[in-house]
Amino acid sequence: MSEPIGIEIRNLYKIFGARPLDYVDAVRRGMTKTELNQKHRHVLGLRDINISVEPGTIQVIMGLSGSGKSTLIRHINRLIEPTAGEIVIDGQDVVAMSPAELREFRRHKTAMVFQKFALLPHRTVLDNVAYGLEVQGVAQAQRHRAAMNWIERVGLAGYESRYPSQLSGGMQQRVGLARALANDAPILLMDEAYSALDPLIRYDMQTVLLDLQKEFRKTIIFITHDFDEALRIGDRIALLRDGSIIQEGTGQEMVLQPADDYVSSFVQHVDRAKVVQVASVMQPLTAEAQGPAIPGRANLGEAIRMMSAEGVDRLTVLDQAGRAVGLVPMTRAVAVAAGGS
Amino acid sequence: MLDWMNRFPQMNEETLRNLKRFIDDNFREFTRSYGAMIEGFFDPLRQMLIQAERLMLGMPWLLVLLIVGALAWAGSRSVRLMAASVLTLAAIGYFGMWEDTMRTIAMILVCTLVAICIGIPLGILMARSNRVQSGMNPVLDVMQTMPSFVYLIPVVMLLGIGRVAGMIAVVVYALPPIVRLTNLGVREVDREVIEAADAFGSSAWQKLWNVQLPLALPTIMAGVNQTIMMALAMVVIASMIGVQGLGQPVLRAISNQYFTLGLFNGFAIVGIAIIFDRISQAFGRRLQKHRGGMDV
Ligand SMILES: Nc1ncnc2c1ncn2[C@@H]1O[C@H](COP(=O)(O)OP(=O)(O)OP(=O)(O)O)[C@@H](O)[C@H]1O
Ligand SMILES: [Mg+2]
Repeated sequence: MSEPIGIEIRNLYKIFGARPLDYVDAVRRGMTKTELNQKHRHVLGLRDINISVEPGTIQVIMGLSGSGKSTLIRHINRLIEPTAGEIVIDGQDVVAMSPAELREFRRHKTAMVFQKFALLPHRTVLDNVAYGLEVQGVAQAQRHRAAMNWIERVGLAGYESRYPSQLSGGMQQRVGLARALANDAPILLMDEAYSALDPLIRYDMQTVLLDLQKEFRKTIIFITHDFDEALRIGDRIALLRDGSIIQEGTGQEMVLQPADDYVSSFVQHVDRAKVVQVASVMQPLTAEAQGPAIPGRANLGEAIRMMSAEGVDRLTVLDQAGRAVGLVPMTRAVAVAAGGS
Repeated sequence: MLDWMNRFPQMNEETLRNLKRFIDDNFREFTRSYGAMIEGFFDPLRQMLIQAERLMLGMPWLLVLLIVGALAWAGSRSVRLMAASVLTLAAIGYFGMWEDTMRTIAMILVCTLVAICIGIPLGILMARSNRVQSGMNPVLDVMQTMPSFVYLIPVVMLLGIGRVAGMIAVVVYALPPIVRLTNLGVREVDREVIEAADAFGSSAWQKLWNVQLPLALPTIMAGVNQTIMMALAMVVIASMIGVQGLGQPVLRAISNQYFTLGLFNGFAIVGIAIIFDRISQAFGRRLQKHRGGMDV
C-alpha cells in the first residue's frame, strides 16, 4: 500500500490560445477573462491558483460550467500544460518533468476517473481494469489477479468478461473506479466522475468511495457541480469562478461564512441542519455543565432531535476528549439551521 | 483587331514544343540510367504477384469454394451469404472463366495487401499531424482523379508492360480510401478515451496499439472494403498493360465486338466484387459489435 502524499499547487496560471506567454503579465496585473478574450482572443483558464492538499484527504473542487474545474484537475497529471506556476507532488515539480519522468509519474503516482467513463469499448471489464497495470508492464496473470480483486471491491464480481457497452452507466463507472484503484496510486483524480449518474446510484457510488477511502487513505481531488455531494465527500472544498478560487475551506465554513454573494448563491439551498456542527454555533459555558450532552461534531439536526426527544431546551457540548466545552440552546440551533447566522 | 480577345494569349508554339521535348528527353535519360535499378527494387513485388497467381491457379477448385464459403460464414454467420458467395463463384467457373477469375483474385489480393501496408501507416502519420494531413490531401486528390493512362506512361517507360506496372496502376488508384479512412478513424477516437490512455501513462506506441488502432478499426475496415472495390474497378485498365485475368477478355471483346464475351466477363467482375464487398463488410460489422448498445 502506498503512503499518502500531498499536492501543492503554487501560482498556477493557464491561458489558452496561440501566444499565452505574452499575456501572463497582463493577467497577473488584473486583466479580466472577458477583456483577455475580447481584446486578445485568448481564454483565461486559471488565474493564480494556490491550493495545498493534505495527504490522505479529499479535496473537492466546485464551480459552474466553464469555471475551470477540468482545466485545474488536468494540470495535476499535466494532461494540460500550465502557462506559469508549479505543482509539487512528493517533492517533485510536475511541471518540470521530462516526458519519460511524466509517464512514470502518471503510471505510479496518479490515477484518473472520467465523467463519461472513458472505458475501452473493445476490451472486457477485466482488461479495462487491468489497463493501468498493463501499461506499467505487469505480467498478465498478475495484473488479472489484481484486477479481479478490485472488480470484487467495487461490486462487479461476475461481470469481468462483459464489455462496457453491456453495462449500465453506474456499472461502467464502477469499472472506471476499479481501473483507477488498480493502479495503486496515492493520488486519485475524479473529474465529475458521478455527474452522469442517477441520484440514487450516485449516492451508492459516494458510499463506495467513502468506504474505500477509510481503508486506503488516498489523496483525492473530486470535482462536482453538486454542493450536497461536495459536503458529503469533501474534507475541504474549493470554489472556482472564471478560473480563480473564490473561497477554500470546509463545507461548514462556506455555509456559515460565505466569502461573497457568488458563494452564498451556491450554498443557499444547502440543508444547514445537516452541515453545521454543534461546536461551531455553541455558546460559552455559563455555569456547571448539566443536562444531556452531545459531541461537538454532531450536526444541528441531531441536536434539535435530541432536545425534542429529551424535552430540554439546551444541550452541553463535549469535545473529542469528552470534556464539556460549551452549550447550545434550542433557539440558537433552530435559528442557524433555518438560515440565520 | 479583336483578334487578341478571341485567341487566348498562349505560350509561343516553339517554346512550348521545346519545353515538352526537354521534359521527355530528360525522363527518357532517367529511364535509361535508373530503369534497371527501379526494376530491381520492384522485383520482390513481381515475385509476390507470380507466387500469388500460382497459388490461386494451383489450388483445387473445391478448396477455393470451401475457403470462400468459410470466410463468408466466419464474417457473417449467415447461411444465405455463404451460399450466395459459393454459388456465384461456381457459376463463374461453370461459364468457363475460372482461371481468369483466379488470376484476377490473386492480383486483387496482392494489390490490396500492398495498399494496406502503405496506406495504414500513411493514414496514421496523417492523423498525427495537421501539417502532414494538409500536405497529403491534394496528393490523394490527384491520385484519385488523374486519369490512370497518364501516370501509366512513365510507369510503363520505367518498368515495361506487365504485372508490376499493372499493380502500380491499381495501387495508386486504390490507395486513397484506405489512407483517408485510417486518418479519419484515428482522428475520430473519443478524446476522453485518449485522455484516459495518457492519464495512465501510456507511451505513444501503447496508445496507438491499445487504443487508437483498435477503436479506428471499423473505419479502417471500411477503407479496406473501398480499396478492394476500387482495385477491381481497375481490372480492365490494368489488362491493357499486360495484366492477365478477367480484364483481357473484356478488352478483346471491345476490339472485336464480341458482345457475349464482354458481358460474361463483365458479370464475373461484378460477381467477385459483390462477394468481396459483402464478406469484407461482414467482417467490418463484427469489429463493431461491442460499440453498439446492449443487444450484442
Ligand atoms: N483547449 C481549450 N482551448 C481554449 N479554451 C479552453 C480549452 N479548454 C478549456 N477552455 C476554456 O477554459 C475554461 C474552463 O474550461 P473547463 O473545461 O476547465 O471548465 P469546467 O469547469 O470543467 O466546466 P464543465 O463543468 O462544463 O466541465 C472555459 O472557458 C473553456 O472554454
Ligand atoms: Mg469539466
